[in-house]
Amino acid sequence: MATERIDHKWGMVIDVDRCTGCQACVVACQAENNVPMNTPDRFLERRAYEWIRIERYWEGEFPKVKARFIPILCQHCGNAPCEPVCPVYATYHNDQGLNVQVYNRCVGTRYCINNCPYQVRFFNWWEPQWPNTLQNQLNPDVTVRSRGIMEKCTFCIQRLRRAELALERQEGGRINDQNLAERNLAPACVAACPTSALMFGDQNDPNSKIRPYFEDANTHSERERKTRGYRLLEEMGTGANVIYLKKVEQYPLKQGESHG
Amino acid sequence: MQEGRALTPTEINRDLLRSVLEPPKWFWPVVVILTLWVLVGVTVSGIMINRGLGVTGLNRPVAWGFMITNFVFWIGISHAGVMLSAILRLAKAEWRRPATRAAEVLTIFSLMTALTMPIMHVGRPWRVLYWVFPYDFARGIWPSVRSPLVWDPSAILTYLTSSTLFVLIALVPDLAVLRDHTTGVAHRIYSVLSLGWQGNARQWKFQVIAGVLLSALILPVFVSVHSIVSWDFGMAASVKSWHSTIFAPYFVIGAVHSGVSAVVFVMILLRSMFGWQEYIRKEHIDALGRLLIVVATGWFYFLCMEIIFGLYGREADEVAVRTMQFMEYPWNVLMIIFAGITYFLPVALWLPRSFRRNLWIMSLACISVNVGMWLERYLIIVPGLARKQVFTFTWQTYMPSITELLLILSTFGLVSLLLLLFSRVFPLVPLYDIKEGEFLRAKVQVGRSTVPATIRED
Repeated sequence: MATERIDHKWGMVIDVDRCTGCQACVVACQAENNVPMNTPDRFLERRAYEWIRIERYWEGEFPKVKARFIPILCQHCGNAPCEPVCPVYATYHNDQGLNVQVYNRCVGTRYCINNCPYQVRFFNWWEPQWPNTLQNQLNPDVTVRSRGIMEKCTFCIQRLRRAELALERQEGGRINDQNLAERNLAPACVAACPTSALMFGDQNDPNSKIRPYFEDANTHSERERKTRGYRLLEEMGTGANVIYLKKVEQYPLKQGESHG
Repeated sequence: MQEGRALTPTEINRDLLRSVLEPPKWFWPVVVILTLWVLVGVTVSGIMINRGLGVTGLNRPVAWGFMITNFVFWIGISHAGVMLSAILRLAKAEWRRPATRAAEVLTIFSLMTALTMPIMHVGRPWRVLYWVFPYDFARGIWPSVRSPLVWDPSAILTYLTSSTLFVLIALVPDLAVLRDHTTGVAHRIYSVLSLGWQGNARQWKFQVIAGVLLSALILPVFVSVHSIVSWDFGMAASVKSWHSTIFAPYFVIGAVHSGVSAVVFVMILLRSMFGWQEYIRKEHIDALGRLLIVVATGWFYFLCMEIIFGLYGREADEVAVRTMQFMEYPWNVLMIIFAGITYFLPVALWLPRSFRRNLWIMSLACISVNVGMWLERYLIIVPGLARKQVFTFTWQTYMPSITELLLILSTFGLVSLLLLLFSRVFPLVPLYDIKEGEFLRAKVQVGRSTVPATIRED
């Protein structure tokens, strides 16, 4: 049994080129993390919870229209704007690069939701409710959040903890891309993605497939990068631990040409 | 040269203590109506605590709305007190005398009302203690001093404490007069409150020194309070239209604008309600009107600068906010109304001397400024959040619910009720200050010339 703690820095790479907008990640996240039901009236109130959401943008005019999808979730910023504004340390940075939310501390000032440029924080306006048929579906590893507090994507920290316990404490190994996938302990959205648009791994692990993207993005300016990687709102300097890969334009538009 | 006839101390006592010693017939009915009005707000707050903040119209991303707007509004009103009493006291403006206490008391009550807003606004109001008090309770963590939301309560509570001290020190001589005019239980209460005031030279000296000292000490607090409140917005790096260094002076001068207007309105009300025509004279209203023209124009400069600074960078997200404010219905209509009733209409009304001396026109101008300043905060807070970033997918708008509306309206009832109850117990126009003014006003004939009978040596 390994006693010393292995230093992880979690990160995610999202290949926008592979995303088909199928929303499987949204459903997986909803089920894994006890996210309350998004009934139609919640949407009409504009208070739907989607820890990960697929933003859809249309390009061009009908009939030559392109749909663009981009999955957006908590970017787990290294320099998170939401953290310093919380008066009660309900949100802070842990030593694995995660931006964590402590539900018990939260008083619900909603300053963090204002100061999050990605709008990935969700306030519990009502007491969460599930239909009776779903009562036994709730994940016992995840807190059910009461009303009046903030919640957001955790990179499925419960799965990471289970992975640490099983793979590192008991078996004495090290978490890597392979054993996370084999044991199905990667975040729910990553596990559910049918096109593998989402990749998850440890930035400190030299063999991880996300590592080159982070190395490239951390050492080169956006123009000089060898990969397609970019961070959302990179100019804000949030130091996000999520990297997006640009869509590949198979037939790039020429000047003056319309979309098609 | 002051207008109006000279008043004797007996007259001053009789007239200004009227609100305390022989309250008018309408007093209790009005108190009952205002209490019911406040109870509506209490009920609504109960519903909000019981059912959750879902009963408001707030959403994602507009997580701050009517309640925060109202909070900033009342903090703004509270700036009148120090502006009028401390600054004008240090500047030795004679015409401040009747206005000072009403302004300071308005400061205290509007601060107290403002404080209820963020408390009602948080998701779990019963945990506000963890946030406000620098004490780690059982949790092992202190409030985060990096958060503007921790600076806020400290600034506001400092301001509340110092304003209360300010009022109390000015009250002591008047309480002694009240002690001498009452009997029974009231006499005993006033005896305790007047702290053994005898009116001897030593006590007066201390009272004046304390007043001047507090005036000087309260000035930095005055500037800091609204600066810090504005940093709630200015420090939000992710909300493009909020993240501006101009917010602190802009909010401070806006606060003076709305606060002094509110004081003028309260003074006009007091004058007609308690028949204080000889104390709150038209020259006072006139002088405040002239002050307001300067303040309003200063504020208007900052308003223009804020918009120019915003548009200067031509960043997509900032342009989106401004487009919403100026181009999209209903925000564009609100923007026009706001600019009209906050600057152009009132300043036009304040410019002619005859209008400044017409109480109806002054009331209209002052109410219009305050409606406008409320709108100003609303137009800063909501569009800023609704168009926070360039991701158009999450752009939203905001419509307040009836719950929020009732809660906001009840705060106006609360401030009126508190002011009215205060006037039942303490004189709202400082007796000693008026007497001092009368004293300084006296002239003596020396040969052919008329010279002041008294010379102040301070």
